[in-house]
Formats: sequence, structure tokens, C-alpha cells
Amino acid sequence: MTDTALSPAEAGQTPDPRRLVVAMRDVSKLFSNGTLALKGMSLDVRAGEFISLLGPSGCGKSTALRIVAGLGAPSSGSIDWPSSRINSRGLPEGDVGFVFQDPTLMPWATVFDNVHLPLKLRGVSRAAARDTVMAGLASVGLADFAGSFPRELSGGMRMRVSIARAMVTRPKLLLMDEPFAALDEITRQKLNDDVLRLWQEHGVTVIFVTHSVYESAYLSSRIVVMRARPGQVHADMRIDQPAGRDQAYRTSETYRQTCQVVSDALQKAIHAAEAAP
Amino acid sequence: MTDIAPTDREAGTDSAAGVLLARTPNREKILQVVIPVLALVIGILGWHLAVTVNQVPRYILPGPLDVWDALWNDSATLWPALLVTLRITFLALVIALVGGVGLAILLVQSRILELALFPYAVILQVTPMIAIAPLLLIYAPDTQTALLICAFIVAFFPILSNMAQGLKSVDHNLLNLFELYGASSWQTLVFLKIPSAMPYFMAGLRIAGGLSLIAAVVAEFAAGSAGQGSGLAFRLLESQYRLNLPRLFVALLMLCGTGIAIFGLTSFISWLALHRWHESAIRREN
Repeated sequence: MTDTALSPAEAGQTPDPRRLVVAMRDVSKLFSNGTLALKGMSLDVRAGEFISLLGPSGCGKSTALRIVAGLGAPSSGSIDWPSSRINSRGLPEGDVGFVFQDPTLMPWATVFDNVHLPLKLRGVSRAAARDTVMAGLASVGLADFAGSFPRELSGGMRMRVSIARAMVTRPKLLLMDEPFAALDEITRQKLNDDVLRLWQEHGVTVIFVTHSVYESAYLSSRIVVMRARPGQVHADMRIDQPAGRDQAYRTSETYRQTCQVVSDALQKAIHAAEAAP
Repeated sequence: MTDIAPTDREAGTDSAAGVLLARTPNREKILQVVIPVLALVIGILGWHLAVTVNQVPRYILPGPLDVWDALWNDSATLWPALLVTLRITFLALVIALVGGVGLAILLVQSRILELALFPYAVILQVTPMIAIAPLLLIYAPDTQTALLICAFIVAFFPILSNMAQGLKSVDHNLLNLFELYGASSWQTLVFLKIPSAMPYFMAGLRIAGGLSLIAAVVAEFAAGSAGQGSGLAFRLLESQYRLNLPRLFVALLMLCGTGIAIFGLTSFISWLALHRWHESAIRREN
């Protein structure tokens, strides 16, 4: 582990010059059925980071993401948006894009109309949004499918539409909730590259929930490993990735070592949860 | 990292795109028309033969030729009667549409209202309409209005219950998405709930279309209005009293034709609204 450039990032200890996008402060979530889904989670998300929340099922990673998105309030703790204009619901105005595990497209609307939706809800007409929407579709390689209906597309293409929709408002923060879990390995690798490219080109900050060690090791600039019972942060590590990651990187020794370290951390998190009373 | 070209790069992996309904082969198309028509013709021929061979008198069972004659001879009485019945049927359907959809939207917006109005909706639905007809005839200002109310009550419930069910069956992730983008409840209703309720609404519409005709006929039987402005059902009863069976058959034929037309129309509307996206309207291809 000499040249893999992995370093534990103790939150708050090393001053980071980058702007704070969102900060979770001691956030807990207790569901009405008595499950403590999340316990005392604190996380500083800085501009330009690609953070993966990695962990087994039930570790509260999706819950954490939803709380950041404003879908369900935390039971205790707070979410701060230091550099965003806050609307009446305590959410940053148009700064967040969300990609669900399912593509979550409206089946009755064309690809164009699905991507147009976030703008339409803000009162941007179809004509006024045309260029933005088409540029968004082009950036995920779906410009030729603007008039298609979701059911005419493959699973991977639907997910691209979903990503284009999340990006169409030019959000500062993109939240992705296990977006590629249901896709086959080949499609998933392609979409990983797409997301990486969007992240590099647009400078968007990403929080990416996954249970795949390999996916998180490939994508992230920082991996937050979580453990279950109750859901909490187990380890927080920075990863210095080469800028141009591609197919060759997937078979490189650097990548293998990163995977190893991440995998070890995940195993520890799982054992810690099993050892818990 | 250049731009991705999905058509090339996805080919062979998951490019199941664009597999829309292929054309029905011509041979099958011809069969689809020829066989039902042939079956009908055989049925009518059989009817004609049975009547002529057994020499059944016209006042017991008229042959198809008698019915054909009656269609032309009695048109002066029957066509206006058909129009009366059609007017009641469609007026009732339209009012039921507006009322059913409107009330469903109200019910879905307010849980208290839903609970409060639910018993009334069920009472109206489960009470046999023919049993209310005598009351309506007393309270309504005229017979036509009474008939209209009867047909409306029957057509109303399927639309209300289907629409309400549809409005409540919205994909939760899509609701979350709308919430995430700060959609107002009005936007959520118009852009999400109503479109996703369309398949349910269309099912309700097809049921209500058929029921409104049935209800109009049954209500006319109950009302038994005579003379000016009486509908096809009354003409049907009248023909029975007079043992004018050919005319009765024509009236029946007209009702049947109306039912088919309503079914065709509502199915067509449903197809128009759903054929681009909903599974029910798309040919399965395996």
C-alpha cells in the first residue's frame, strides 16, 4: 500500500480549501417501525468530490442519501447547505439532481419530455428548454432518441435518460442511489465511464450509493464505508485517482490495490456489524 | 473519452431498442375480417331457413327479411326514438365523466372528504337503479330528467372508482422525484397523477359507456313514458304489446348497434390515449 495513495481522511482535521457543498451534522434517522436506520452520521461534502457511500444492505446509505435530498427529514441532527440559496422547504434551490435505482421515467412521456420535466416544473416552456434538453441528451448519447418512449429503450438507455434528467438543471450536487445495480456488467461499466465523464466535464459534486467495491473503487475520489445495525460511518478514505480512467485502468495494479483496500474496509465493517449485540 | 455513440456501442449488449409492434401479416388480417363476417352470414341464413322451413308466423318469430322490411317501413317512428335514447345515453355519460373525474380528484386530495363521501358512493352503486327509478320519476321535473339521472347514477360509479384508484396508484419514486423538484400539488396532479391514472380511467370509461346505454333502456322500461319524446326502449315495449315482432327486432337491432358503436368509440379513445406507451395497447412480441 505504498503507492496507492490511500489516506484516511479524518473529517475536519485537515483543512480543505474547497467550498463546502453540504454538511451532515450528527444525523440520525429512526423509522416509525423502530428501526434505527442511521446513527450519528456526519459528512462534509466539498465541491468537486466524487463520494461513494459503500456498504451492505441495511447500512443506511440510501437513507442518508434521501435525507440529503430532502426526501424524509432526519430524526435528529441537521443538514447544512453553506453555499446555496435555500427555499421554503429547507432545500437548496435547484442545486440537487437525483438518480434513483430505477430509471423512474414517466412511461407516457417521450424521452425529451422526461428530460424536460425538471425545467417544466420551474416554468420553462418546451421551446425555451429545447436546446438545454437536447444538449443533455447528446451528452449521454441519446440525441437520436428524443422522440422515443421509455418502453422502446433498453435498460441502460433508460438509465442514461434518467441521468440526463438529473443533469438538466445543472445541479451542483448529483445524488445517485445504486443507479446501476439492476444492469448487466457491460452496461454498468459503460455507464460508470459516462458518469465519470460528466463529473469531469461539468465539475458536479457526486454522492454515489453502491454496494459494489469495484464500482466505488473505480469512480470515487472518496469512499465512505458504512456498516449496519445501526447504520453509521465505519471508515472514510480519500483515493487519489488518475484523471483518465478507462478500460486499461480496470486491469491495472493500482486499481487492484485500491479494490483490495476498499474490500478490506468493507469486510471489517461487515464483521463489526455482526459482532454488535 | 470522447462522446459516446450509444447505437454503436450498445449494439450487442442491451440494444433492445425500437422493437415496436410489427405489422400483422396480411393473411391474418383478411382472416380477422372474413371469419366473423362469414359466421354472421351463416347465422342469418340459418335463422331465415328455420323460419321459412317451419313456417313460423311473423308475430312469433319474424325472419330476417321481415326485419329488413320493418327497418325501412318503421323508420319514421324508430329513428327519432333512437335519437332520444342516444341523447340520454351520451348526456348521462358526459355528466358521469365530468362528475366522476372531478369527484375522484377531490377525493384523492382530501382524505376526510374521501371518508365522508365513500358511503354515499357505495350506496348509490349497490342499490339496483331500477328500484330508485320510481322515486326519481316523482321528484324529477319531467321524465327525461328522471331517465337522465338514472343513466348518470349507473355510469358514474365505474368512472369514479377507477379514476380514484388510478390517481392513487402513482409510482412512488415518481412522486419523490416531483417532490424533489419542488412541484406544486397542482403540477403533481396535472403532470403526474392524471396521466398515470389514464389506463384506469379508460377502463372505467369503457365500462361506463356500456352501462349508460343499459341504464337508459332500463330506466325507460321503468318510466314507460308514452307519445312525444319516448325512446327506443319504450317503442320496444309498445311493439311487444302490439305483437309487432319485426319492429321489436328492429328496435333491438338498433340498441345492439348503438352498444357496438359506443364500445367501438370508447375502445378507440382508449387506444388513442394509450397506444404509444401502455402495455395494454401494445402487441406482445416474443
